[in-house]
Amino acid sequence: MTPVPITTVEGRAIALQGHDIDTDRIIPARFLKIISFSGLGNHVFADDRAAAGGRHPFDYPEYQGARILVVNRNFGCGSSREHAPQALRRWGIAAVIGESFAEIFASNCLALGMPCLRGETRVVEGIQQLVQEQPDVHFRLTLAASTLHGLDRHWPLMIESGPQTMLLSGCWDATSLLLSHENELRQTALHLPYLHDFAPPG
Amino acid sequence: MSTGTLYDKVWALHRVAELPGGQTQLFIGLHLIHEVTSPQAFAMLGERGLGVRHPERTVATVDHIVPTTDQGRPLADPLAEAMLSALEKNCADHGLRLHGFDSGQQGIVHVIAPELGLSQPGMTIACGDSHTSTHGAFGAIAFGIGTSQVRDVLASQSLALDKLNVRRISIHGSLAPGVFAKDVALHIIRRLGVKSGVGHAYEFAGSCVAAMAMEERMTLCNMAIEAGARCGYVNPDQVCFNYLHNRPCAPRGAAWQRAVAWWRSLASDGDAVYDDEVSMDAGEIAPTVTWGITPGQAMAVDEVVPTPDQLPPGERPLAQEAYRYMDLRPGQPIAGTPVDVCFIGSCTNGRISDLRDAALVARGRHVADGMKAFVVPGSQQVAQAAEAEGLDAVFTQAGFEWRRPGCSMCLAMNPDRLEGRQLSASSSNRNFKGRQGSASGRTLLMSPAMVAAAAISGVVTDVRTMLSTAKHTRTGPD
Repeated sequence: MTPVPITTVEGRAIALQGHDIDTDRIIPARFLKIISFSGLGNHVFADDRAAAGGRHPFDYPEYQGARILVVNRNFGCGSSREHAPQALRRWGIAAVIGESFAEIFASNCLALGMPCLRGETRVVEGIQQLVQEQPDVHFRLTLAASTLHGLDRHWPLMIESGPQTMLLSGCWDATSLLLSHENELRQTALHLPYLHDFAPPG
Repeated sequence: MSTGTLYDKVWALHRVAELPGGQTQLFIGLHLIHEVTSPQAFAMLGERGLGVRHPERTVATVDHIVPTTDQGRPLADPLAEAMLSALEKNCADHGLRLHGFDSGQQGIVHVIAPELGLSQPGMTIACGDSHTSTHGAFGAIAFGIGTSQVRDVLASQSLALDKLNVRRISIHGSLAPGVFAKDVALHIIRRLGVKSGVGHAYEFAGSCVAAMAMEERMTLCNMAIEAGARCGYVNPDQVCFNYLHNRPCAPRGAAWQRAVAWWRSLASDGDAVYDDEVSMDAGEIAPTVTWGITPGQAMAVDEVVPTPDQLPPGERPLAQEAYRYMDLRPGQPIAGTPVDVCFIGSCTNGRISDLRDAALVARGRHVADGMKAFVVPGSQQVAQAAEAEGLDAVFTQAGFEWRRPGCSMCLAMNPDRLEGRQLSASSSNRNFKGRQGSASGRTLLMSPAMVAAAAISGVVTDVRTMLSTAKHTRTGPD
């Protein structure tokens, strides 16, 4: 895989309010009975959207084509299903901004080259309010500076240096990088007694 | 920064390389796979012309989509059959061990790996399932991963990870009769919150945990993820070694002694430094049930549903959402709430000791009129052990259905699901909206004994009131 650096994400945003929105809500389990990820974009938030009878941000015409999702606390908690970020991405989301993220969700997003950036509560709520009042604002998320720009304003965001470096360098798809350490992999395995000294029978 | 903990030691032993930006490449000692989160990973491997680096270190089973009634092939649901067939083909193509229906060892991945002796102290264990934290009960660093990471483990037997902080949660004292590991887990999550564990590994310690049997420790570590902690663990001790001894995949003979010596050396040092420490009193813990839509929205069974002013301001909006969804009023007792469906099973509480605890309540009684109650053993081995003890007969005579092993209604990817707004009493791990297969279905999480009590009486019931006539003792070793 040729590295594809992620330096900026541009486009309109969509706000989804609420804490502890779990991955079962992002993509209900019945849509996991598939052997590829294609088509998941149609089912993102399927039950929430049905319950809202079309009055859900992901159904409003003004947010179709949005690229940046703005959420609150502990977004993506629960199941480790990568189907959740896959569904968001296939709907059109390319980056997520939130007060905080569940850990597995954030690492699944990273593996897809989809940045998750955190912001202080007032910052995130401010962005959400703007997105609700003016859905057509064009934003620019800059990874190196961890900043969101829109209209003539900017908001400071945060991302850990590990994910930031992997996104900026294009190494977010870790497979090639991990395979490049052949010698080190061999050495580590050699020193783990459970692989040799008391390996299981048969 | 923690030092001298089991987490630090196991991390250091498995460190392959430091990656640009500060992440660590970590060797994965045991990789568990199942049919739901692996097919796309195999497809990605194929697209890149990669193979499986250590086929002997990946073990597969089928659990999420399996029906618990008729398991004849082809499976009745063509989508489920396609997923199982894909798993069988991928395992055959890459030379991976698959514990299928005809193995006698099929079951929920987090039940079979411990019972086969695959999960051992000092290992790093990864699986495309968030409840992989279960295996931390053995003093392993075990955590859930997504499908792209399943691909990475298949290809390189390693992952790019950030090191976690370590929080020690010490639980002191002993549990009262009728209070189980599940109650401890729900109590911790209630106290600390569902996101408290983000960025942390949880070390469970203290006299209460030391006194727990391995299956209780598995229940506790299983729920670490519901507190936001990607992994939870208990230091390995004699209880752990006794459990592992003579399991099929455990070391034998002279190798056993060497293994135990190594395992002992990995336990957190007496002077280990933790990033954070919390302590709780086991005596304060009552049978606990959830009332809302996250596992943190929990209460003692003899309390009333919390009112908004009893909750921190930040939690009130979610509480309002929960009252509406659950159709529960703030201030109302949870005991006495009518229940429609009772489910005993899952990777949290589908082991033999869980079934014994529930059977103790069910024995000689009968489920309430109109109640749908069913028991899904966690594995074929659990089912066999239960049948040998006659627990299946206890349950069926009490009006419970006795099913075949699988994940079942924990996440309802098979035909077992709630309908409409049904309310379930469930020994599983998540009470999220829609989790049990109906978009408006409602879940109350509780211990298996509490589920049995609800099934008998038809309403949420304090199991302690039903144990006075049935002496509460463990009926066998786990």
